[in-house]
Amino acid sequence: MALLEVEGMTHYFGGLRAVHNYNLQIQRGEIRGLIGPNGAGKTTIFNLITGIYRPTRGRIVFEGEDIVGLPPHRIAARGIARTFQNMLLWRHMTVLEHVKVAHYARIDYGLVGAFLGTPRRRRQEAEFEERSYELLRMMGVERFANKVITELPYGAQRRVEIARALATEPKLLLLDEPAAGMTPEEMIEMVDTIRRIHSMLGMAIFLIEHRMRVVMDLCETIQTLNFGEVIAEGTPDEIRNDPVVIEAYLGKEVVT
Amino acid sequence: MTTATQKQPPASDRHRNSTIRAVLSPWREVPFLGWLLGALAAVMLEHSVGSSLALTLGLRRIPVLFGFELMLKAPQHIPGMLVYLVLVYMLPAALVAVATRGLTNALAARLLQSPALSLAVHLVLLYGCMHFWCALSDYRYLVAQLALIAVMLTLSLNVINGYMGEFSCSHPGFMALGAYAASVLTVLLFVEDDVFGPPLLPPTLGPFLFPLALVAGGLVASLGALAVAIPSFRARGDYLGVITLAFTFVVKSLFENLEIVGGPRGFMNQPNWAGLPTVFVWAVVCVAVINNFVRSTFGKALNAVRDGETAAEAMTINTRRTKTVAFLSAAFWAGVAGGLFAHVVGYINPATFGAQKLAEVLAMVYFGGLNSVIGSIAGGLGLTLFSEMLRPLEVWKWVIIPMLLVLVMTRRPTGLIAFREFDALKLLGPRGRWEGGVQDGTAGG
Repeated sequence: MALLEVEGMTHYFGGLRAVHNYNLQIQRGEIRGLIGPNGAGKTTIFNLITGIYRPTRGRIVFEGEDIVGLPPHRIAARGIARTFQNMLLWRHMTVLEHVKVAHYARIDYGLVGAFLGTPRRRRQEAEFEERSYELLRMMGVERFANKVITELPYGAQRRVEIARALATEPKLLLLDEPAAGMTPEEMIEMVDTIRRIHSMLGMAIFLIEHRMRVVMDLCETIQTLNFGEVIAEGTPDEIRNDPVVIEAYLGKEVVT
Repeated sequence: MTTATQKQPPASDRHRNSTIRAVLSPWREVPFLGWLLGALAAVMLEHSVGSSLALTLGLRRIPVLFGFELMLKAPQHIPGMLVYLVLVYMLPAALVAVATRGLTNALAARLLQSPALSLAVHLVLLYGCMHFWCALSDYRYLVAQLALIAVMLTLSLNVINGYMGEFSCSHPGFMALGAYAASVLTVLLFVEDDVFGPPLLPPTLGPFLFPLALVAGGLVASLGALAVAIPSFRARGDYLGVITLAFTFVVKSLFENLEIVGGPRGFMNQPNWAGLPTVFVWAVVCVAVINNFVRSTFGKALNAVRDGETAAEAMTINTRRTKTVAFLSAAFWAGVAGGLFAHVVGYINPATFGAQKLAEVLAMVYFGGLNSVIGSIAGGLGLTLFSEMLRPLEVWKWVIIPMLLVLVMTRRPTGLIAFREFDALKLLGPRGRWEGGVQDGTAGG
């Protein structure tokens, strides 16, 4: 059984059809890519899977259960974590707090612990902190732990955002343009990091990316989206040479 | 080369700076315990020789709130007053603090081995200072009670406006709910009253059950807060601000039209059970509980909701529960503070809980600093004291305080001590060369 199965998902923004009859199957532990020109509906698909939007039609099944209509935090707690294209970080919080607070779903000391500070709370807070440091180390941003997020360089902020997503212990990680705005060197490092967390934690990864280097390097299969519809699906090599994909990106050759 | 020398301050200036630093350096090594001891010495001194010294200096009586009211009314007393302040407060406190720093540092380090004991000792000393300071004047006593209540209100409002970043105007409403609920309970159960008749329980039980009445008042306020918490799921920012403002006025007109609690004439006969010790204990519990909360992962979720709700949801945070908990717990403490206020003053009327109260609490929060427990303590204490000190100026007080607020807002838009984590145990540790547990043989010299 696939980890995530999306069947016949369609979404309208008013009269605009953003996603049409979208299908997807992600197996445990695989890395899959989603590409397409600007405005093709890639981020909308992420927002639909994570519950920010509710699809007009279609089913989203995660680990055998339909998750359509669940609030986003419940979907996230079931094991779908994500990062955002424009990095939705919390501007007044430190790096450590970012990662720590993403353990929210694991809190078991309840409100009594939160208000009164029971031994159980102290134990669990210490555990969260230790795990947070571990994730920051894994992403190579441990040295920034006690800095407020806005003081960090851009690339490091991207890494913190991934560490924060990992703190929710995802089975499926959705990365929305993880290498956007990075220099070529940073991009290569990011690819290495993604590969490393994948091999260490073994979750499935579904990523949107514009930089072909990244997608081609990381993904086993790639979906290409245009105007909300999948126009091609296959291995990196197949996608690279698919005339339909080339047309979507570069336009049709004018035959005279 | 020339630019390098130009950047440095003139030699004389540098010399003066280092002299000041050298003179002040012993005081840098005074732990919090030492300052408490110094303050205690000062208030004890005032207790024993304060009034005779005041007479000698030509002052009619001891300066109640650091002499401000007298200085403003009778400027010819300013020199005498300054001498009094230096002789009674500054010199003794500073000298005792610095002279005992070896002892207090050692003691602070020793106490820290048992954090609970350390906190208890510091709190007892703090209360001792307040006790002796207030023993000299009923007015001081009342101001201290009101200042502690203001701290509770400020801190609980900070949970919503600072930590969760919503602009809530509903605090006077919460306070009114708590004040009326607690008052009705105590008057109904323990007091002979024209409307509520004879007491239902023996009045001797009253002081023991008083905390329960306050808690009940807090819970009523929490219940009322649901009316704000539920709209907050969908409305944010200005829109929620308007809803919370409406809530305050709805509560106010509810009590204006409720004849059984006196309508606009107000409600009195509250028994006098909220003495300074009671208010102090409640304020300490309030600060401890809220500080505990905002430092937990639960509490940090409030910050996440403030700084980005979409990301918070995506990181498993139940934003609805977070908002509900924030509103309800803040309302609870506002309700308890309201109940205390009613029993301190012994009279409440709906007009007390209107726009003026709202402006005061908001000013305390934004003056002290958003997202900061220590800022709220400073804001609540500071503005209460300051507004009492400026009382002789009458109407001009309401020109000066808002101007001050404008000044703070332009210099530090988030308040004086904003975004600071409050770790009481860090504050209570030893200082200077005693820090880090290294004991120096020459300590105390």
